[in-house]
Amino acid sequence: MGQARVGMAGLGMVSFVVAVALLAPFLSPENPLEQDLVARLKPPIWEEKADPRYKLGTDPVGRDILSRLMYGARISLSVGFLTMSFSALVGITLGILAGYYRGISDSIISNCVNIMMSFPYILLAISVMAATGPGYKNLVMVLGLTGWPIYTRLVRAEVIELKSRDFVTAARALGGRHSGVILKHILPNLASSIIVLATFELARMIIRESFLSFLGLGIPPPMASWGGMLAEGRSYMLGLWWLAAIPGSAIFFTTLGINLMGDGIRDWLDPHTRNR
Amino acid sequence: MRSYILYRLFQALIVIWGISLITFSLLHLFRDPALILLPPEATKEDVALLRKEMGLDQPIIVRYFKFLSGMVRGDFGKSFVAQRSALSLVLERMPMTLWLAASGLLLAIIVSIPLGVLAAVRRNQIHDHSASVLAVLGQAMPLFWLDIMLIIIFAVKLRLLPASGAGSFKHIILPAAGIAVSLLPILMRLTRSRMIEILSQDYIRTARAKGLAERAVLFRHALRNALIPVITILGFQFGMLLGGAVITETIFAWPGVASLVVESIFNSDFPVVQAAVALFAVLIVLANLLTDITIAWLDPKVRFG
Repeated sequence: MGQARVGMAGLGMVSFVVAVALLAPFLSPENPLEQDLVARLKPPIWEEKADPRYKLGTDPVGRDILSRLMYGARISLSVGFLTMSFSALVGITLGILAGYYRGISDSIISNCVNIMMSFPYILLAISVMAATGPGYKNLVMVLGLTGWPIYTRLVRAEVIELKSRDFVTAARALGGRHSGVILKHILPNLASSIIVLATFELARMIIRESFLSFLGLGIPPPMASWGGMLAEGRSYMLGLWWLAAIPGSAIFFTTLGINLMGDGIRDWLDPHTRNR
Repeated sequence: MRSYILYRLFQALIVIWGISLITFSLLHLFRDPALILLPPEATKEDVALLRKEMGLDQPIIVRYFKFLSGMVRGDFGKSFVAQRSALSLVLERMPMTLWLAASGLLLAIIVSIPLGVLAAVRRNQIHDHSASVLAVLGQAMPLFWLDIMLIIIFAVKLRLLPASGAGSFKHIILPAAGIAVSLLPILMRLTRSRMIEILSQDYIRTARAKGLAERAVLFRHALRNALIPVITILGFQFGMLLGGAVITETIFAWPGVASLVVESIFNSDFPVVQAAVALFAVLIVLANLLTDITIAWLDPKVRFG
């Protein structure tokens, strides 16, 4: 199958969402926070009795859903990207420390990874968010601080393997310092697997953000977040199903795009998986 | 083998100790529990009195050791709301969660293994491609969105199944389906790639050469060997399975542990949250420990190494 084409399709989908997020102030037809109680719960244009002014209808307090969707993209992408970068940075550093130096730092770090990984992730995030209280900053902190172990596990295993290779031994034997060996010889060889993992983690972070916001523990209202919109739509599910379906589809579209892109990157970086 | 088991047991103990630290911090690190419990208009004297009553005036180290010794005995204190043992509240809800998780898992196995085998046997044909498309879709799909779509389609539009709650067999179909879909991609992919690997082995060629029926070759020789890594993955996915149950329970208002946790969070009923989080984590540690020991027992390199 045209794997490369699938990857490009993913890249296209992600670029589309990124563009919408960046251009939200120019693209959005209405103010995403402005309520209009007279125009509340208008259906989207494919339903009867739609108001052409609101292409995707309005929410329970009369805000334009399309505009909220566009601004929601900013939240999802920025939270996803920040938390992904933060946990990658922490995870990679700890993974190198553990895998390269081994010894006591390895046993401390590996045990921390095991401890963190024995909590069902979402339950831990819910509880910590409940303890710290909702909000953008807390959300980024909690997701970032709970997301690093998966990077550490991967990096540690790869570093241990790389360290035994001849080119690393040679670099050391030629008098290279540890920091130089790590930066010049180990890190570049880790890059491809880290990029692949980080791509999939970006999608996972976006899902986690939206689920926490859905529970009311993430982005507080009235800020527009896809998870929050989904939660508002949930109580209308029996009649006005689109209120939940529209923001949910935005989440799915984004995570699908990122996953396809991740598959594409993986195949591109590693020809072995192409025909598996 | 014995020293390996002892080593893994020791490691599991360290992890459980770490779990106790994190669970303790949940309540004591971020906010003052006395302030959570009292109404905002409470006076300073009220706060001081309650802090003393709850033992919060003691140094944090003392409080931690009290918590730890309680946890070892399974005592997480009383629920602030129900005024009963927090752990027993959680344990009462546990069967519902386990039932949901087990049904989802069973459904996932029933669907994914045949699909994976078929995709491997008819490799690069239409079936294989559609299976991999399904796997990609399933992997990208946020479980809570899938759950909501299931409700919209099967409960709201088609009116076939109940949208939430528990009680009859019909109630478990949608939540279990959601969990199953979340486990499908990994199980299907793994079954497929293991089957492809095994089908090219010499003993399969021998089995075919001696004239065995293709069905016997597939199921008696290939699948049996392919399933070993699938089973080990299942052991390590136990956490993911419980995580899926957490999400699904909140969407379907399934009366299990997760709904209790979410409820307790909104009531600031932290002992219940602590008990549930710790119990889940310890269960996952035990599942991983059992999986590791099973692998070691199956693998002579570890058994005698």
